[in-house]
Amino acid sequence: MKNKTSTLFLITALLALLMGVAFGLLAALQYLIPEFLKDLLPFHKMRPFHVTTVITWIVLCATGSIYFYLSQVEKFKLFSDKLMKTHFIVFLITGIGIYLSYFFGKMEGREYLAFTPILTIPILFGWLLFGINYFKTMLKQVKNWPVYYWMWGTGIVFMMIHLTEAHLWLMPYFREHVIKDLTVQWKSYGSFVGSWNMLVYGISIYVMAKIKGDHAIGRGKLAFFFYFLGLTNLMFGWAHHTYIVPTLPWIRYVAYGVSMTEWIVLGYMIYEWRRSLTKTEKDSYPLAYRFLVTTDFWIFVNLIIALLFSIPAINFFTHGTHITVAHSMGTTIGINTSILFASLLFIVSRISAFTKKEETSIKRSLLGFNISLFLFFMALLVAGARRSHWMYAGNDTSFSNMQESLFWVYMAFFVFGITLTTSMVFIGLPILRKLINGLRL
Amino acid sequence: MTEKTKYNIAIISILLILFVVYNGFVYTSKENANPVILTEQALHGQRLWQENNCWSCHQTYGLGGYLGPDLTNVYSAKNKGPQYIKAFLNSGVKTMPKFNFSESEKEALVSYLKFVDSTGYYPNYHAIFKPSGWIELEYKNEK
Ligand code: HEC
Ligand code: HEM
Repeated sequence: MKNKTSTLFLITALLALLMGVAFGLLAALQYLIPEFLKDLLPFHKMRPFHVTTVITWIVLCATGSIYFYLSQVEKFKLFSDKLMKTHFIVFLITGIGIYLSYFFGKMEGREYLAFTPILTIPILFGWLLFGINYFKTMLKQVKNWPVYYWMWGTGIVFMMIHLTEAHLWLMPYFREHVIKDLTVQWKSYGSFVGSWNMLVYGISIYVMAKIKGDHAIGRGKLAFFFYFLGLTNLMFGWAHHTYIVPTLPWIRYVAYGVSMTEWIVLGYMIYEWRRSLTKTEKDSYPLAYRFLVTTDFWIFVNLIIALLFSIPAINFFTHGTHITVAHSMGTTIGINTSILFASLLFIVSRISAFTKKEETSIKRSLLGFNISLFLFFMALLVAGARRSHWMYAGNDTSFSNMQESLFWVYMAFFVFGITLTTSMVFIGLPILRKLINGLRL
Repeated sequence: MTEKTKYNIAIISILLILFVVYNGFVYTSKENANPVILTEQALHGQRLWQENNCWSCHQTYGLGGYLGPDLTNVYSAKNKGPQYIKAFLNSGVKTMPKFNFSESEKEALVSYLKFVDSTGYYPNYHAIFKPSGWIELEYKNEK
């Protein structure tokens, strides 16, 4: 393989995934045995470790995939290989910086981006390099972009906008106003997720088009309609995170209106799904295809949940509970991680084929992944429902009593977390091995 | 540039303009009818809150991590309040780390929580549910 940098992105991403889930398990352990290891592995470090590391997985895998498609699959001549290398090195060094900042307890940042804020500068710089390389490469060589090229471009630009927005609190003007500060903080996170979804959903359309060898995919009116709908939601739909925050009502109205447009997506999915029932599923499609098909299931489940709690009257009860965590992990694992696995499988299939044995093992692990995730997800929903009930109906017992009553639910969460992790390891390791082999070619 | 590309760019431009205007409003409009501005001491408390990752276990307005309780109204809750908050800070109860705050740092954190408390209610027990799925929140210090 000529160009190794994209592979390095992917290898680092997989390592981040493995580390990230390990941190997740350690964080979950605190729910079960609060006093145990609390000094050594405190929750307030494990949680940010976990969240930042798994986000790193998503972002690096998406970035590496896009670089790979452009340079190795489409065979475009990248505007600059040097920029791509610099991008990787900048991210690698920043990553090390983030962990050092965590270890030494220099966590002046916030939720999701808890590291010391200075490190945002090199991260932004990395995205800038990616953006320059992307647009310079694409504008010259491709006319009439299919939708995924638009999505990637959009994702890169909005990533920069919202990373910046997430740090507006550094200005006293925002920090001094509790409500404005909260609103802007969660606005930026909502859109931040929307931005990486642009990258990841673009990847899913791309991989589907390549697997089916159908160039029409991603070029129709409908594909663009959904892209614009997604973009609208990225820009204006974030505020369902903050329905409950006493900010100006119009902000909350707009969010409600915009969020509800996603029903169209749901309606369309059901329509498509019914249509596809009449076609026979092809068994000959590669592994990557199976991952994309499972993603459909998770999109469906998560969309229904998200739509329900985008209705303020329902959000009122689910907000501030593990139902929210079920949604965030349900989407980042069920949708983003499945799509990214599909991307990786598509990529390694171009390096060399898996043996029959490996293929069977990955198929089995995919099944394990889906079943574990489903149960993991259910455990979080139950924990959330219990807390909601405690907040609104049975606020007669103490917080710690309520938590203790959930012991077995948290145990289930932990156990399914282990099986989920195991299945991800069995999917990830063979891919990792192939990628590393690919480096040697 | 093809026709289709121009068309897409036009739509994106319209969205972007709306986005800029909208952001302008969100950033500059008053947050609600009675905005509260943090004092120097409360800002100190906010910094301590952030640097010690209180948010990874606690929430304000239900936003944060979920291992611990929401603290939006802990300042004014029945049987709780400043002394109660202070008692927790260095206690190391349950999963909560055993912090080592000085008296003035404790005061700062209490002051921050006091300001948070004054901005509104969470949970918003007196919210009014509308048939449209909307909820009308109860705001603090209205009128
Ligand atoms: C690792 C998790 C964790 C961190 C970090 C943490 N707490 Fe706590 N805190 C808890 C838990 C759990 C409880 C509930 C203990 C109980 O009720 O048994 C609690 C209780 C409290 C209470 C009492 C709440 C009530 O309504 O009874 C206050 C006040 C508090 N914490 C403040 C803070 C502040 C301020 C910080 C940051 C300096 C902080 N905590 C950091 C876990 C944490
Ligand atoms: C690819 C795999 C995973 C991804 C992408 C992921 C993602 C996330 C995200 C985004 C959050 C933040 C939730 C929020 O604040 O709303 C989170 C929280 C958390 N995750 Fe994961 N996660 C993964 C796997 C796991 C596993 C295997 C475990 C182990 C049981 C785990 C345990 C936790 C815990 C304990 C929290 C904190 C919840 C709280 O605040 O109480 N995660 N995860």
